[in-house]
Order: sequence, then structure tokens, then C-alpha cells
Amino acid sequence: MEAATVPAPPTSPRDSVSSWPLRDRVGYYACWAAGLTLIAVAGAIVLYMAFRGAQYFDLGMFVESPNAALDQSQSGGFRDPLIGTALLLVLSTAIAAPLGVTIAVWLTEYGRPSGLARTVESAVEVVAGTPSIVLAMFGLVFFQQQWISFLTFSSEGSNVVLGRSFIAAAAMMSLIALPLVVGATREALNAIPGHVREASYALGKTKAATIRRVLLPAARPGIGTGTALGMGRVAGDTAIVVVLLGAVMQINNGAGGSVFGLFRGLGSTLTSYVYYNSPAGEGLAPEKAYFAAFVLLLLVIVLNFVVTRIARGREQPWTR
Amino acid sequence: MRAGGFWTDARVERLLGGVACIVLALIAGMIAFVFQKAWPSFAHNGLAWFGGGGDVDLQLEDIFNSPADPAHYVYTLHAWPLLWGTFVVTVGAVLVGMVFALLSAIFIVEFAPQRINRVLEPVVRLLAAVPSVVYGLIGILVIVPFVGEHLISLDRKESVANVVQLDGAGLGVGVLILTVMIVPIMIAIVVDALRAVPHGWREGAAALGANRWRVMWTISVRTARPAIVAAAVLATARALGEAIMLSMVAGSASFAPNPIDGITFLFEPTRPLASALVENVEGLSVVPFGQTLFAFAAVLLVSSMLLSLAGFAAKQPMRKYGVRP
Repeated sequence: MEAATVPAPPTSPRDSVSSWPLRDRVGYYACWAAGLTLIAVAGAIVLYMAFRGAQYFDLGMFVESPNAALDQSQSGGFRDPLIGTALLLVLSTAIAAPLGVTIAVWLTEYGRPSGLARTVESAVEVVAGTPSIVLAMFGLVFFQQQWISFLTFSSEGSNVVLGRSFIAAAAMMSLIALPLVVGATREALNAIPGHVREASYALGKTKAATIRRVLLPAARPGIGTGTALGMGRVAGDTAIVVVLLGAVMQINNGAGGSVFGLFRGLGSTLTSYVYYNSPAGEGLAPEKAYFAAFVLLLLVIVLNFVVTRIARGREQPWTR
Repeated sequence: MRAGGFWTDARVERLLGGVACIVLALIAGMIAFVFQKAWPSFAHNGLAWFGGGGDVDLQLEDIFNSPADPAHYVYTLHAWPLLWGTFVVTVGAVLVGMVFALLSAIFIVEFAPQRINRVLEPVVRLLAAVPSVVYGLIGILVIVPFVGEHLISLDRKESVANVVQLDGAGLGVGVLILTVMIVPIMIAIVVDALRAVPHGWREGAAALGANRWRVMWTISVRTARPAIVAAAVLATARALGEAIMLSMVAGSASFAPNPIDGITFLFEPTRPLASALVENVEGLSVVPFGQTLFAFAAVLLVSSMLLSLAGFAAKQPMRKYGVRP
């Protein structure tokens, strides 16, 4: 939602709600009720999670690895899930941001042949609408192919390609973020007036140079907004983690201790930690689930805050 | 970048276009891979796959325990309870959410004072961003116990005790939380559309003596109808694929809630396709079981794809008012 650019609604001083017919007044108050309910629901969620988070606050959770133990004082914290979430955020953004920007630039600046552009446009829409659990299942079959088995986890001395790893999960997660990056970048590019491009051409720049030197820098806030929105969705997704990283809690290094080994290893994220520690995952450690969920919620709120800040800083020479 | 270097305009255009086409390849690949895996399950059951009969949980168990010999794999599955659960939960949440989202959108665009709007817009964005597992956690630890203890009477529990157990987790809670999850998506689309209604049209109605509610209802909402349809369709696609939250709060029993049961209907447990999928992933390595799960994914893929395309098409008429989908 963009800030209101519409002028003030048409009203007359004599148009007071109490003089309206009953039907209209019902609608009016229903609108107020709906709006206030939204605020109440959001407030309740944040306050309740903050309360639980404060109640079960434990700094040690950040540095302890999770342990499978029935005694909850021995079951550790969520150090590994935190690393997993960070890893997935970095990897999936590294895939989604360049790909999304490329697609957006092609759609807005070239878009020829137009039939193909329309098809790509609706394809991005289809990706946006595909449930993450379906993306996860697709990722599983895709990464089970033998020729890319070096990207996924395999246990010592076994040839079975499970199709699971941080890389596989990040690749599928990037598809969640992709449509958001494309959408925000397109919006930013469309907001750049045509005369800016023409000025660049008049100075002898090619189209490619104009895109790189003029349009992309101008669209940077839009790209940032889309990426941050996408990161929020990636951090909050559970289905892909459950399918593509499995039910292990600790980070399970693939081959050796190298960074690439970590990428093709298995692990968990904050979301799967919450899921498996909730009654649904039979972890039966609601206090740990609450605290992890609180941290997750904080992360998402911070990303949201970043989005708002970036969107506010959208001041360009030609908008002044 | 020098003009006339290697990166000429024609090359750049072809490169960018090529990259953009990756998305098309991706979707083609998705359909091909998922259906190739899912085919045995559909082929063995035919149209009965979508029909009812028997207990789905028991059928899934039989599939999981099939003999290791490929010739004797068990595939029999009648997935109707799962499909019905998906349908009821989705339609329920979208219907409730639609009314709510429309009223909220009108409130944001027309009636809310500036000060409330400054709170409401971040609130909508926040509700859209809260991870589904957090919604699920609140649902399973707060709402489900509350419903189980205070809203379902013992009589009600006993009346269906021989069919299904009512413990609070069920259809009603699932629909409630799902509604909260999809309302922000709908609000965002409808608000954009309402704001794009030409100002002159509304002024014209106001000049003819219509009050603010009438102007909103008869001019703006009517103009924004395509966007409202699109919002409903896209929210349906989102609701359809919600797996984690529903698997936590909807009762996790493949039971088809029966509307004839009156109020009890709302408390009956159900299990949509996506939840069934995510709860059974541990069994993926059993070949026929994995193929059955891929059949679930295929059904979800096709329905969400059709819904996305329908939503994309529904948004097009709004373009003439200057709203970019």
C-alpha cells in the first residue's frame, strides 16, 4: 500500500453520520469495527508474544546447540537454528535479488516480444501463488538428480541422493522471494519518468549503460524494499525447511568442515525449531518454542521496519 | 561501461530476456517433475482418487507399509476427506476474510482518521508478515485449549464420541486463524484499487447528494470489483497452500467435517491436503508413499496455478484506472 496521494474525500460540512439512513450508518460502524479489530488482533499477537518472550527469556538459548533430551534443562538452545536461518537468508537473497532485478528490468525496459513478456509476467504471478510446500516437493525431486548430487547432502559412504541441503532449501526459498523482488523493482522502474531515460540517451549513453548507470541506482530503494520483504517471507517459511532440511536440529556438515560442506549440509531454522518444539511436533517444550517464536517475530518485525524506512527514503531528483 | 564495447544493446537484451525465460523453464520443470513422480498414484486409482470411501489415514498407512516388491505396491487412496477439508477451510476463510477485508479497506481509504491510519498500515503489513508457524503456535497453545475447555460442552463431545474426538483443534479454529492470515493480502489489493478510482467520479456522486458511505459503496467499490475478485482469488491460492499452521490447529485427522452436524461442524477436526503433505514427509523414502505425496503436491500445484492465472486475468480490467497489478 502506498501512502495516500488521493486528495481529501469529497465531504460537505453538513454531511454528519447521524443524519445518514440506518443502512449507511450500519456500514459506517462496521468499517470502524473491522479496522479496530485488525489493530486489536495485531496488538494482541505482538503483546502476547512479547510477554511470553520476556517470561522465558534466556540468553543461553542463543549460544547453546539444540540437544535431543527429554529433560528440558538439557535440551539446549537454538544456536544452530539461528545459523540456519541466517544461512538461508543469505543464500536465497543471493539467488533471488539478481534474478528478480534482471527479470524486472527486462519486463519494464525491453519487454519484447510482448507476448513473451506477458507470459513471463504471468509466470512470475504463478510462482508467487505456488504454495511453499509444493515448491519444496519440486525441490526435492529436482535435487535428487544424480548430476547435481554434489549440491546436496549425502551420508558417509552412501550413494543415495536424498535431495536435501541448505543449497536446495535456499534455491526453493529464493522462489518465494523472487516475485516480491520483481514486483517492487518494476514499480520503482515504472516510477522513473521517461525524460530521465531520454536525457541519458541524449548524452550518448547506450540503453544498457542507461540501465546500469541511471535506472538501477534510481531503483535501488525499490530493490531494497522487495529484497527485505522477500527476506521476511524466507525467514518465516517452515514447509520448505521441514521437507528439504529434514527433522534434524543440529547443523550436520556435508563434506568435511569447509564452507561448501556447510552449504550442502543439513540443519534447522528458527521456524522448524518452533514447529518441532511445539505440541504439533511432539517436542513438548512450549517455553522454548515461545522464546524462539518471539525471536523469529522480532526478526520479521525488524525486516518490516527496514522496508518502511527504505520506502520513506524514496527521494529522487525528479520527485522534488 | 563503454559504448560499443562487448555489451551492445542487442546482446544485453538477449541476455536479460534469456534470464527472464528461466522462470518459464522453471514452471515447465515443476509441472513435469511433480507429475512424473505423481503419475503412479493417479494411474492406479483413476478418478476414484478424488472420490470418497474408507479411512484415508488407514489407506495411507497401508501405502506406507507396502511390500518392497514393486509389483505389489499398494496405491489405493480415496482422498475425498482431504479435498473436502481443503475446500471447507479455504472457502470459509476466504468468505469471512472477504467481508472483513472489504470493510477494513473502505475504512482505511475513506473513514479512518489520519492518526489511526498511521497505525493501521504497519499493522496490516505486520499481520501479513507474521510467520505461519507463529500463528500456529499461538493457535495450538492458546486458542485450541481455550476452545476445548470452554466452548465445547461435554454433551457435544459425547454426542460424536464414537465417530470423532473433539479436543478443541478443528475446523473453526483453523478457519479463524487462516482468515487473519489472508486478510492482509486482500486488504492490500483492495486498498490500492479503491485509491485508484478517479476522483471526479466520486465528486460527481457527492455533488448529487450521496453521503460518504453511498459514494464509497456505489462508486468506488463497484469500480474496484475486478480487484476485489482478484483479491479473493489470490487469497484462495494462499489459503490453499497453508500447511504448517493448519497442521498445528486443525486437528490432524483425515475426517470430513459434516455441515449437517450444526454447530458441532465447527469443532470437528479436519486435515487439508497441504497439511497431510507436510505431516507425512518422513515417509517420502517409501516409493509408493512418496508417489502418493507427490500426487497431493500435483493437485495443489494445478489448483494454485489456475487460481494465480485467474487472479492475474481478473486484475487486468483495473489497468485502465491506472492500477498496475
